[in-house]
Amino acid sequence: MKKVNQFLLASLFAMLLVLLGACGNNDEAAEPAENSDNQTEEAAETNEKVDTKDLILATTTSTQDTGLLDELIIPLFEEQNPGLNVKTIAVGTGQALEMGTKGEADVLLVHAPASEEEIVASGDATNRQLVMHNDFIIVGPKDDPAGVKGLPISDAFAKVMSETAVFVSRGDDSGTHKKELQVWEKAGLTPTDNVSYLQSGQGMGAALQIANEKNGYTLTDRGTWLAQEKNLTNLQIVVEGDEDLKNIYHVMQVNPEKHDKVNSEGAEKFVEFMINEETQKAIGEFGKDKYGQPLFFPDAK
Amino acid sequence: MDLIIEGLLKAFELITSGDKGIFEITFLTLRVSFTAILISTMIGVPIGMILGLARFKGRKIILAFINIGMGLPPVIAGLTITMLLWRSGPFGDYALLYTPTAIIMAQILVSLPIVTGLTSSSFQQINEKMLLQIKALGATKLQTLFILLKEMKIALLAAIMAGFGRVIAEVGAAMMVGGNILGETRILTTSIMMEVSKGNFDVAIALSFILMTLAFIITFSLTALQQRRRVK
Repeated sequence: MKKVNQFLLASLFAMLLVLLGACGNNDEAAEPAENSDNQTEEAAETNEKVDTKDLILATTTSTQDTGLLDELIIPLFEEQNPGLNVKTIAVGTGQALEMGTKGEADVLLVHAPASEEEIVASGDATNRQLVMHNDFIIVGPKDDPAGVKGLPISDAFAKVMSETAVFVSRGDDSGTHKKELQVWEKAGLTPTDNVSYLQSGQGMGAALQIANEKNGYTLTDRGTWLAQEKNLTNLQIVVEGDEDLKNIYHVMQVNPEKHDKVNSEGAEKFVEFMINEETQKAIGEFGKDKYGQPLFFPDAK
Repeated sequence: MDLIIEGLLKAFELITSGDKGIFEITFLTLRVSFTAILISTMIGVPIGMILGLARFKGRKIILAFINIGMGLPPVIAGLTITMLLWRSGPFGDYALLYTPTAIIMAQILVSLPIVTGLTSSSFQQINEKMLLQIKALGATKLQTLFILLKEMKIALLAAIMAGFGRVIAEVGAAMMVGGNILGETRILTTSIMMEVSKGNFDVAIALSFILMTLAFIITFSLTALQQRRRVK
């Protein structure tokens, strides 16, 4: 038994050595392969090695789910800034802001003005700029069991409550969730008093699908609704156009004075990029061909 | 029903059109999963062998921890790796969060206990008399190792397949530590989740079809290898 032990230990060491060797090779072989395309192109252009720096963008699921970032913003930005590689992390606005206050992200694109002002005030974020808006709408079952169609927003929420109609909340501290809570508060209501109030804790797409299946109402941004409408056969828009339902997006960079590891140079470039005239025009055009109307309205001056 | 047929048609369309994005995602999925299971195997099998054959103090406690690890929820693995790799965390300087390496680390964390645990339980069943006999026949140490590995082939491949199944199905941790970044850390499972939340069920079904096909081919090959009769 003892001999077997020794032998096994020896073989374990041998295997670990092989493993370490293999890892070394992997790193060397894999890394250049990943970057070789970029680097050869860049090297050919500038005739010197350009270091690609990562830029972490924390943003909301709505900007990713509508395709705005993957299809328009990121390719355009990286084309204009070949030295920067954007890493988009699409999470709820609450988590995106938290990543900002922890210095885990470099730049933020979010839609919860009240919370944004807080993190600017605390010094975690700086250079906050207005980018664009779209609007929130309330969607509900086609037969409108609570009879809220066309009502002003506060009255509609009150009616959902008094009829104990199903209301699907995001419940995930996202920008949309924060907006919904604001509306309840303004109407002087506690949503959880309604036994049919569901807190999904998921993204907008999932919340819409729950509303569709459970004959419920929900607050959604128009972009996600337009993108998903084809799958939501039970739902229709019941309230829209209220001034309170404006959904405003700001971009801001994480303050390098407070978080020393952030890529502030890249972040500043991203903020400038989001508000320059050309990008703003492209944002205004985005989605027109697919949905017949723009998904976002540029606001930067 | 229409949706499923539409999805299958879309899958066919995506695969035949040679869509570059889909190819990238599939390739990354394979690269990440294979690397993870390779490392888990290379570490897990030797450790499993030692834990199965040797007797030493504290062995039972180690085994207990490995068995708990076999049920480690992926989101907890993801959270652990995230906290370690945060800029403010202990390995923050390496900027590994939101890279394929981070996904590999999370996948190793969930698959290593499975490979180790299943290997050790199979080696515990080796008959002592067989070890004696191998020795009596004058086998060298290296020969003994090969005989044991051959003898345990079925169990070892079962351990690797179970680990691989865990790795390729992994989504929660991959989403958290990878961030589902287009062209960098977007793998099949995380894209399926994203496409569902975008409402693109047809694309989601197409991707699921690709994922299932891959899992089937790989598991089928491993099973064939496992069941192959030894040439006499």
